[in-house]
Amino acid sequence: MTDITCKLLVIGAGPGGYVCAIRAGQLGIDTVIVESTKLGGTCLNIGCIPSKAMIHVAEEFEKAAHAAAGKTPFGLTAAEPKLDLKQAVAWKDGIVQRLNNGVAGLLRKAKVKIVHGQARFRDGKTVAVETETGPKTITAETIVIATGSVPVELPFLPFGGNVISSTGALALTELPKRLVVVGGGYIGLELGTAFAKLGSKVTVVEAQDKILPLYDAELTAPVAKNLSGLGVEVLLGAKALGQTAKGDGLRIETADGKERELPADKILVTVGRTPATAKLGLDELVLDMDGRFIRIGERCETSMRGIYAIGDVTGEPMLAHRAMAQGEMVAEIVAGEPRIWDKACIPAICFTDPEIVSAGLSPAEAKAAGLETKVGLFPFQANGRAMTRHGEAGFVRIVARADNHLVLGIQAVGQGVSELSTAFGLAIEMGARLEDVAGTIHAHPTLGEAFQESALKALGHALHI
Amino acid sequence: MAERIIKLPDVGEGIAEAELVEWHVKVGDIVREDDLIAAVMTDKATVEIPSPVEGEVTWVGAEIGDTVAIGSALVKLKVSGDGAATEAPAEAETPAEPPKEKPAAAAAPAAPIAAAEPAPKQMPTPKPAAPARAAPVAITPAPRRPVGEKPLASPAVRLKAREAGVDLRQVQGSGPAGRVTHEDIDTFILRGPEAPAKGGLVAKTGITDVKVVGLRRRIAEKMALSKSRIPHITIVEEVDVSALEDLRAALNKKPTAERPKLTLLPFLMRAMVKALGEQPNLNALYDDEAGIVHQHAGIDIGIATQAPSGLMVPVVKHAEARDLWGCAIELSRLAERARDGSATRDELTGSTITITSLGALGGIATTPVINHPEVAIVGVNKMVIRPVWDGTTFVPRKMMNLSSSFDHRVIDGWDAAVFVQRLKELLETPATLFVDM
Repeated sequence: MTDITCKLLVIGAGPGGYVCAIRAGQLGIDTVIVESTKLGGTCLNIGCIPSKAMIHVAEEFEKAAHAAAGKTPFGLTAAEPKLDLKQAVAWKDGIVQRLNNGVAGLLRKAKVKIVHGQARFRDGKTVAVETETGPKTITAETIVIATGSVPVELPFLPFGGNVISSTGALALTELPKRLVVVGGGYIGLELGTAFAKLGSKVTVVEAQDKILPLYDAELTAPVAKNLSGLGVEVLLGAKALGQTAKGDGLRIETADGKERELPADKILVTVGRTPATAKLGLDELVLDMDGRFIRIGERCETSMRGIYAIGDVTGEPMLAHRAMAQGEMVAEIVAGEPRIWDKACIPAICFTDPEIVSAGLSPAEAKAAGLETKVGLFPFQANGRAMTRHGEAGFVRIVARADNHLVLGIQAVGQGVSELSTAFGLAIEMGARLEDVAGTIHAHPTLGEAFQESALKALGHALHI
Repeated sequence: MAERIIKLPDVGEGIAEAELVEWHVKVGDIVREDDLIAAVMTDKATVEIPSPVEGEVTWVGAEIGDTVAIGSALVKLKVSGDGAATEAPAEAETPAEPPKEKPAAAAAPAAPIAAAEPAPKQMPTPKPAAPARAAPVAITPAPRRPVGEKPLASPAVRLKAREAGVDLRQVQGSGPAGRVTHEDIDTFILRGPEAPAKGGLVAKTGITDVKVVGLRRRIAEKMALSKSRIPHITIVEEVDVSALEDLRAALNKKPTAERPKLTLLPFLMRAMVKALGEQPNLNALYDDEAGIVHQHAGIDIGIATQAPSGLMVPVVKHAEARDLWGCAIELSRLAERARDGSATRDELTGSTITITSLGALGGIATTPVINHPEVAIVGVNKMVIRPVWDGTTFVPRKMMNLSSSFDHRVIDGWDAAVFVQRLKELLETPATLFVDM
């Protein structure tokens, strides 16, 4: 049994935890980080990064397939594309590996001690870690819980065999001919779209009456349209019941109450994520909870002094960049800096086709908050760059207060709009008014011009529509 | 003839700006080289700004109370001669130096002390006639933000406010849509919240307005902060100091340089050191933002002192490591430096507990205001001879009250009472002050 004493212990080396540890290291805090699997957490190993790699592969494949089918309007043709899915997965794994090493390097540079193993609380200041070289006890002045989340498992559809989680989907080396996705949220649709592009016959089963329940119908319409273009069948208001007796499909109850069997080689269950606290020994502590999540205050402090929690364990939105910002803040608080969570918005992106970006309030949310608004919507049909990219679906929409034109929210749907999230976030965080966005020169020809035009539209004088 | 711009020099302490507290000149005045033109105040010190050249003041760049950035134009002078004109641009670039080492621009090096005797020195002009100047920006108030609405500010402004301990909700934003700008924060830090109904010094007919500037404003802010944040609990206890006074009189019979005459304060300091040794939670700084009480091992006692410019609190560092005379010597040294304005920033900060004493003016009870973020303050009241019933008869005793305030958020009444009783015991039986127990 070896003992370690440190000022700051971070449990979990996902985007929240490793950023917290790096920042703490930079600030000269004696920091230890514990990780039970690989550095980088869900995001880097089995989430954001690998899924984007596979989505890219699918996009490239789809382009080539379009050319092969002679479907391009600009006369490009090619031979029938072939994909070695094993190599694609190996390429993806290579990227993940490089990033794993990158995180390790950054932690070392910040003089953070890395301990591999499963951490378990002994008390509010002490954590036992089962490592390969035996148990270790770590005593720390301050502890940050950053253990993230895991996919929710349905009791009647346990993971294993043909039933896979997003993690399993990203490791498939053979393309399923028929894929049924249970859950029409962003994870299910991102992966479902990718598999559809690669040639799987994809069916999405969603219990609610719309896909991407977090976004409004205006934003999701172009996505729904493209899904049907890809041949994806979307069953709304449908409930999964369980696997068929032979295990070759999924039994569901359709919206009109009938039972139906969907043949499937793989069933991908993406019905949400739940905090990963099971092995943490939280029973040893007296933490106030918020449902399944750890309750935090505006400094990410928990109900126990000296214990902070960041990222997915603290609830929605479960986004890597939220966890990173929280991690950075907590490190600075531990260093004695006066910090508080005062972010104006946390942008969210959905890497479907087309992509969806949302920052701040939607028109409906603003209305629910009792605000009188001006909304400006500019379609990509009127944007030169969108035309030349052959991606005219979608729009940019801006929501501002009617009285002082303060920008409350910006949403967009369209090809490649994920990169616009930076401009959206900055505008809201800086407290921009419609006039600020409208008065900023947006380079031509770019998709970003639609952002400026949406502000002009809200002001009543859009130029290109 | 040429125009010469005098900029606010770097007055040290690594600060970026200073508050203008006094003008020695006004437009139209003739100043000679080394004449004082203005005084600015940094955190604790007032610095006089001399003129590096001779000339006529044609423009002044700020009003009393304004914050002036280091390197910004303070006054413009009309100077005669071509020589000055040619070297003016170069000179203007190098910021004029602090008073003690002036660049001998044209004249032979003048003795630095010459600054003390300015011939055409004008009377201090509290309200300089500045006809050409536009009204300060801050005068146009932004529309008040509706209650409960989040303040609007960029991340950098929010960070600045947080680090300065400013609650953004209190700050009026002058930017578009009421956005709080960097300048708004700077103004707020210097002026404090523009409380609408701040009685006291508000002008009534026939009454002169007195601008609360400089040290006065800092005191005001500090007091307001303390009183608004800290729920005070004040305990007044009477102490029979007859024995202590006898001891003091005996010790003061033959004062030497190493053993100067003692006032009551060194005894009180020793008593506090003893009592705090048993109750370290009273020798602490409470960071209420972070929710942490920092208990200090060292006992650094601030002594509230009346200086000509206002209240100052020089700090006797590590009182626990000083004996009775050590405390006395350090106390008189610091008091002197505070009074003549030569105390350094270090000597005026860092206390962990404070004593306030008004000596013979001390009244019978006071309600001392805690020196934020400390958690306790001991106030000394006037010593008087009072009749005390000793069980059979009234006897004249030298009685003195101690009025002590505590931060009730972190100090319970019980703890406070125990501390006060301990001080009483120690002072009533002064021998115990010198016994190690």
